[in-house]
Amino acid sequence: MKLRLLAVGAAALVLAGCGGGAADPAPAESAFPEERTLTVFAAASLTDVFTELETRFEADNPGVDVVLNYGASSDLAQQLVNGGPADVFAAASAATMATVTDAGLIEGTPEVFAQNELQIVTAPGNPENITGFADLARPDLQVVVCAPQVPCGAAAEKIETATGITLTPVSEEPDVRSTLGRVTTGNADAGLVYVTDVASAGDSVEGIAFPESASAVTDYPIGVLTSAPQPELARAWTDLVTGADGQAVLTGAGFVGAP
Amino acid sequence: MTTPVTARRAGRADRAAVGLPRFLWIPAGLAFALIALPVVGLGLRTDWPRLPELLLSEASLDALRLSLITASCSTAICILLGGPLAVVLARGHLPGLQFLRSVVLLPLVLPPVVGGLALLYLVGRTGLVGQGLDLAFGITVPYTTAAVVLAQTFVALPFLVVSLEGALRTSGQRYEAVAATLGASPALAFRRVTVPLVLPGLLSGAVLAFARCLGEFGATIAFAGSLEGTTRTLPLLVYLARESDVDAAVALSLLLVVVAVLVIAIARPRTVAS
Repeated sequence: MKLRLLAVGAAALVLAGCGGGAADPAPAESAFPEERTLTVFAAASLTDVFTELETRFEADNPGVDVVLNYGASSDLAQQLVNGGPADVFAAASAATMATVTDAGLIEGTPEVFAQNELQIVTAPGNPENITGFADLARPDLQVVVCAPQVPCGAAAEKIETATGITLTPVSEEPDVRSTLGRVTTGNADAGLVYVTDVASAGDSVEGIAFPESASAVTDYPIGVLTSAPQPELARAWTDLVTGADGQAVLTGAGFVGAP
Repeated sequence: MTTPVTARRAGRADRAAVGLPRFLWIPAGLAFALIALPVVGLGLRTDWPRLPELLLSEASLDALRLSLITASCSTAICILLGGPLAVVLARGHLPGLQFLRSVVLLPLVLPPVVGGLALLYLVGRTGLVGQGLDLAFGITVPYTTAAVVLAQTFVALPFLVVSLEGALRTSGQRYEAVAATLGASPALAFRRVTVPLVLPGLLSGAVLAFARCLGEFGATIAFAGSLEGTTRTLPLLVYLARESDVDAAVALSLLLVVVAVLVIAIARPRTVAS
């Protein structure tokens, strides 16, 4: 019997130990009553920008710990709809934000704080001499795009419709980073990714802007959750993002500022 | 061949006589629930009325077809190449065999994405071998159905090798020795004695490998890419569908579960243990 207790106890300990970390994002208020946690769910493409803003926000608000949860917007939206605890949600498309607003989880109307556009990405020096969107239809090129199910792919499809140029990609990738990866590793001649991805890839790629990209601009909406444990901090965060400081960081990373 | 069967029966009777320590039931039950309950959750979340429509779309039929074809090809390659490898590992006398065995097990412990990247850097367009293929023959391996098969074979090979090697070791070499004393050459003894003896192990290994191929995602997406009809297998479609239509993703997941359960049920994993 002793052994059984031991086994159960050990199992309970293991489960408690494994589950404890992520279960509760807002730690119990301890000796410092002003120690608070702000949980922000943000699209993966905002990683660089929001990480920089986190430092700023924590400096401006002593005792506040900003916890950032980055991921694909649609995954984050699903997590929120299924009860994931957060104060703020910043999505990389209006459609994913709609999933959350439709569930009645966002206070008021989400605000568009940034926009992103597609660019053609090639190897440094543009060895295939690509000058515009029409070049991507060249049969001698191996082109990768995002799948139409994800925002960058939907934008690419929109441009195809607008221009009447049909691309025959060798692969439709599940996210913009893997599309970029195909080009940075030299396994594709060209790809369609966001301006911000080209900026983050630095010298390993070359970006080629094309006028037709204006027909498929992606909006980045941000909103405070109705169930936010820290609604005031949440509003302070959205103010920072939509304010001059936030906009400067966003444009610095290649985003087009709020419309 | 009656002796091994009776031996196995006797073994089973022994186990029943010894009985099961009761304290094992609780962790065992938890372990089972951990595996079974999420699948139940999938069933609960399924939009049953829309199921036929979701499963019969052209994209899902394409993906299912591609998954079954590539998994079959990969399993065949696993048997043709992995079978001999298992025999060498079980019966061979080579220096460093232990090291070889641990290399064979690598795909089991590596994240499949790492396997995909490794393949990409080997036979991708800029890879060690791929660059030559591209320059000499204009062949690009990624983005082809062959790349899917290669990725699946990479992750599934150890499943076949391990279960077959296990079967070879437990069956022992007595019968081969007898065959040899009766004048059979190693090749004849292998064909007439070894192969029939380990056939159940080979079969269950092949089914495990097939199931692993069906579920392969990481190596495929990293190496082969994703294009309907060419490289987009069922797991890739599930991953993509959950971006835009969660119901479709759940329905496709359920389909994958049903196919996997069917495969495993046919294989009866207990033959692995014997």
